[in-house]
Amino acid sequence: MISRSMQCGAVAAAVIVVGLSVSACGAKKAPVARPVAPVEQPVAQEPAPPPPPPPKPVAVNEPGLNTATLSDDPLTAKSLDDLNRESPLQPAFFEYDSSELTPAARTVLDADAATLKKYASWIITVEGHCDERGTAEYNTALGERRAAAARAYLVSLGVPADRLHVVSYGKEFPFDPAHTEAAYAANRRAHLVITAK
Amino acid sequence: MTMRKRLTPFFIAAPVVLTAATLAAGVWPGSEQQSPPAQAPQQQSDIVISLAEPGARPRYAVPDFIARSSDAETADAAKMLGGVLWDDLAYEREFYMVPRDTYKTIPSAASMQAVPFDRWKELGADGLVQGSIEKTGPAAYRVEVRLFDVRSGRAVYSRQYDGTTANPRLFAHTAADEIHLHQRALRGVARTKLTFSSDRGGEAMAGTIRERGAKDIYISDYDGANQRRVTVTRTLNLYPQWSPDSRTISYTSYSTGFPDIVLARIYDGVNERPLGGKFQSWLAAWSPDGTRICFTATRDGNAELYVVNRDGSNLRRLTNNPAIDSTPTWSPAGNQIAFTSDRAGAPQIYIVDVDGLNIQKLTSESYCDRPTWSPAPFNEIAYEARTGPGYDIKVINVATREVRQLTFGQGSNESPAFSPNGRHLVFSSTRSGKRQIYTMARDGQGVKQITTVGANQTPDWSK
Repeated sequence: MISRSMQCGAVAAAVIVVGLSVSACGAKKAPVARPVAPVEQPVAQEPAPPPPPPPKPVAVNEPGLNTATLSDDPLTAKSLDDLNRESPLQPAFFEYDSSELTPAARTVLDADAATLKKYASWIITVEGHCDERGTAEYNTALGERRAAAARAYLVSLGVPADRLHVVSYGKEFPFDPAHTEAAYAANRRAHLVITAK
Repeated sequence: MTMRKRLTPFFIAAPVVLTAATLAAGVWPGSEQQSPPAQAPQQQSDIVISLAEPGARPRYAVPDFIARSSDAETADAAKMLGGVLWDDLAYEREFYMVPRDTYKTIPSAASMQAVPFDRWKELGADGLVQGSIEKTGPAAYRVEVRLFDVRSGRAVYSRQYDGTTANPRLFAHTAADEIHLHQRALRGVARTKLTFSSDRGGEAMAGTIRERGAKDIYISDYDGANQRRVTVTRTLNLYPQWSPDSRTISYTSYSTGFPDIVLARIYDGVNERPLGGKFQSWLAAWSPDGTRICFTATRDGNAELYVVNRDGSNLRRLTNNPAIDSTPTWSPAGNQIAFTSDRAGAPQIYIVDVDGLNIQKLTSESYCDRPTWSPAPFNEIAYEARTGPGYDIKVINVATREVRQLTFGQGSNESPAFSPNGRHLVFSSTRSGKRQIYTMARDGQGVKQITTVGANQTPDWSK
């Protein structure tokens, strides 16, 4: 399962304190104040230099800045591999031998559509997957139907169609290789992959 | 747009014909063949064509070849060729093959003129297939094969072959095919090849999702020897199919990120993409004359069948139905196509004329897929049918609609394809754990494992 947590980019800064402790063993001298270096305030650091802004900024017709493309949003700072590993786009799951969108699938895709509108430069491939119980040949077509159903729903919610591609992998790439009902359910999905930011 | 790939060319032996004659068939009671006992009940309609009546098969013996050169390579080849030729002649079950471990007491012939026929007669052989092999150059063999009538000691059939040392098994395969043709008017399959998709390379697919294994196209001899890799890509390559001239393999490649049909001319090292990636396409099947391809594509909104010329011209839509229509196979006459469609709910096998008319439903089972149309003389279609948690191979007679079952739950058995003489099928099975390629006769007997490495699937048999 893809976790929803987004890593905070902040890193604790080093706080450097230099000082000398005073030994009070036995000595009757008054404590002496030694010079102490000034304490540096912690500085929030970027996890990595942010990439240059996407070549196609979202709302070119708007005169103002689109805050989603600024670099202090952690999502835009990641590589595609990292993004897809902890994807903010959740997959839509399907019933056995079906390519109908269940209410749960629609809810998931509603949230995905919102994310896609927020990060409006992302290009997505919707992958269709099946569990291992169908034949390899038929599952290529069933996977395509699942991906197409998810894509059509996203388009109906306002995501531009030219940002969404569809591909089917049939039963070639199960997300859970076990032979249990739970594994099968996890494999019957339309999986969203970000292919360009 | 063509992609060039350098592939090793295959060496083909050039047979040189010297003499030929006929053999009078001997009559001996023959016992059953060497394959494992039958799993399926024998169907009356099978026996007439695929097996000669048990009492009438001539008994053949095939000892080691005579090594006429003294080097170790020739000596090894001489031993090997006897075994390969024996297996090739046993494969079609036209002859009763005398088991080779009974030859131990018979002295090897010193030459073709000094064969101990009286000893072979004692063993009960009707025909003796004696070969010899000689090195005629640093990388050249000359092989002679004679079929002797044991009773008279006459060579009733003789051949001499010249070829390279690169693939000595080919000499035995060629001799076996010619003996089948000459003695039984039967086109043997000893020189045919299999192709399949395999993950044995262990490479990961290029792309942004990790832990996805690449699959590449491989070929092998019909008996599993000489398995060779055809594609070297970091992507998914599936559903290979031999062209009718067996010089090109079509397959579905995801190298662009989307499925596209590639025609790999494996002896030229050249790839063609007839559809040029203009839309997603998969599961191509060649017409019997090799000029057209039928395939599945979703360019009109859902999976339909299309026909296109090999060069990509004259694209024509074949099916028109919102259901999934997929997995085509052509009839041997080239005038009909069988395919899988779920227009009735679950996927079933249908037939359509090549002009798109006369769609007929063939099967009414719980789930059927991957039809493969048998070559002449059989008018049958094999397919995979769900029979439980997995699948089994079944065959339906197109005229009578009778269904025979060939496998019975030994793992899940899928993706059948017929041999070019219609007497055998190649398929994939999970009966030994990972999915592997197997062959069997069209009555379900003689199951033979072809692959052992990695996971192997979606095979095809060359024509």
